[in-house]
Amino acid sequence: MTEEHAEHILSYGKLTTVWVTLLVLTAATIMVTRVELGVWKVWAALAIASIKSGLVIAFFMHMKYEPRLFRIILFVALFTLAGFIGGTFFDVLYR
Amino acid sequence: MSQETAMAEGGFWRDTGRTGIGAWIFSTDHKRIGLMYLYCVLGFFLVGAFLGLLIRLELMAPGPTIMTAKTYNALFTVHGVVMIFLFIIPGIPASFGNLVLPIQLGARDVAFPRVNLFSWWLYATGAIIVLVSLFTGGGAPDTGWTFYVPFSARTTTNVSLAVFGVFVLGFSSILTGINFITTIHRMRAPGMTWTRIPLFTWSLYATAWVQVLATPIIAITLLLVVTERILGLGLFDPTRGGDPVMYQHMFWIYSHPAVYIMILPGMGVISDIIPVFSRKPIFGYKMIAFSSLAIAAAGSAVWGHHMYTSGMSDTGVLVFSFLTFIVAIPSAIKVFNWVSTMYKGSISLEAPMLFALSFILLFSIGGLSGLILGAAATDIHVHDTHFVVGHFHYVMFGGTGFAFFAAAHYWLPKYFGRRYREKPAIVGWVFMFIGFNILYFTMQVLGMEGMPRRYYDYLPEFARLNFVATVGSWILIAGVIIVVWNLWHGLFKGEAFAGNPWGGATLEWSVATPPPTENFEEDPVVTHGPYDFKGAGVP
Repeated sequence: MTEEHAEHILSYGKLTTVWVTLLVLTAATIMVTRVELGVWKVWAALAIASIKSGLVIAFFMHMKYEPRLFRIILFVALFTLAGFIGGTFFDVLYR
Repeated sequence: MSQETAMAEGGFWRDTGRTGIGAWIFSTDHKRIGLMYLYCVLGFFLVGAFLGLLIRLELMAPGPTIMTAKTYNALFTVHGVVMIFLFIIPGIPASFGNLVLPIQLGARDVAFPRVNLFSWWLYATGAIIVLVSLFTGGGAPDTGWTFYVPFSARTTTNVSLAVFGVFVLGFSSILTGINFITTIHRMRAPGMTWTRIPLFTWSLYATAWVQVLATPIIAITLLLVVTERILGLGLFDPTRGGDPVMYQHMFWIYSHPAVYIMILPGMGVISDIIPVFSRKPIFGYKMIAFSSLAIAAAGSAVWGHHMYTSGMSDTGVLVFSFLTFIVAIPSAIKVFNWVSTMYKGSISLEAPMLFALSFILLFSIGGLSGLILGAAATDIHVHDTHFVVGHFHYVMFGGTGFAFFAAAHYWLPKYFGRRYREKPAIVGWVFMFIGFNILYFTMQVLGMEGMPRRYYDYLPEFARLNFVATVGSWILIAGVIIVVWNLWHGLFKGEAFAGNPWGGATLEWSVATPPPTENFEEDPVVTHGPYDFKGAGVP
């Protein structure tokens, strides 16, 4: 209850770097669709999307600078979502 | 001013800048919001119970009895929607949670009082939308409360508006969950460590997580049903590449954890009442607290057990059946700990305790019949029969419903400064308990014999037991009327209730009766556990 934290202001340079990285990764997503990877195509797209959302959460949403509790809460939410999707695939993949 | 008058008009009842209804519907005081929820959910409970009574009257004898088949379909749908979304989900958390949680933590209010009021407004708006949907458009939905596709995408009844109402109600639930989680993390009084939090508040903490994480899924699912109806996208239509079973997954991903939104707060109520009326500290405090979290976590992973006969893969059936059995472990931990708490206790059988004791029995019957449904091999035989209806009424009504009345008898006198009469409360409880078992145990037997649920008519061999069940519903409703009337009359006109007559050691019993607007004259410093009666100085 006492873990007050100071406002953390990110520099324009850092924000721009993250933004450019996101654009590069978007381009990478498109390029991956043109390479013949078979079933790995989906995993590649999902991996890139995960990195992108990770960057957005960490820097644009400031999660990197928040107290540990908030990061745990975010993890619980993501873990739950993964559980919901994963559980559904016990049906869809084996039908 | 006599002591009696002072109590009924004192505390948070008096301290307000506004007058009339505005002092309530614009108040950010958690106690007033809790009472507004209480009046609403109690009203909807009575409406739902009346609809249930009509359903039983129709089933009293084979063939048409008092209504048409179309009316019957609408009635069981509306009974389900009202009871699930308007009564039991907000039932204990929004009403008693709001009334009790901040005081139990030593806080002056919840973390976001305005958001709390907004939650109530969303609830009221959602409720009005649902009620309007019953009487407009193509009439009351006839899909069952589950709104299963493909029927819900095709029926001409007013499904779109009804599911939109449920969508709005969902946001009320999410905001209440966020508010409670934040309050528990940020607003605890000095000395209120995690292991001094009362178990009712612990159960609300676990519930709030489920509300926040699972409710968005039903929101998006119901919106998809609306888009399916309006735009005909074919999301759930196999002829256009859709998957109707996917709807069931998405629906139950929320609606099964929602069962724990319903039952966990009830378990919390029981965990607070049993030690007080046994004059003994709770047995296994930490295990009960953590089992709430375990139920919330495990309960979020078992939704597939509603779909064993829906065409799900065998692997899915196997996995979900296994996971379902895991939920029984934390549930059993609670039951064993409650019973152990009472062992060698000085038990006093007053109304809250009687409701709490019947909770343990009825919930156990409901839980154990749930194992029959959780095991795929036995579920195949009783799926969609009256056995299922009996089972979930044992858990939902025998569990949460009885816990709701236990909480009402335990806490409401503190907030009203007046109390109900004990004898009618016990008479009402006896009627409820007997009527309940005649009604729902008979349903389970009927289901075992093969009587399907949601059927307007049935074979002659089911006639006798259906008649018995209907008689049970009359006894049950008589008990409900006695209990509600006695509570209502007592809380507004009964004798004065002051101090801490039950002898509770949690913080809500240390404040004035009724509690003042900001709960505490001075910020409390917590020096003892929630069930440490000696530490609290309670005899």
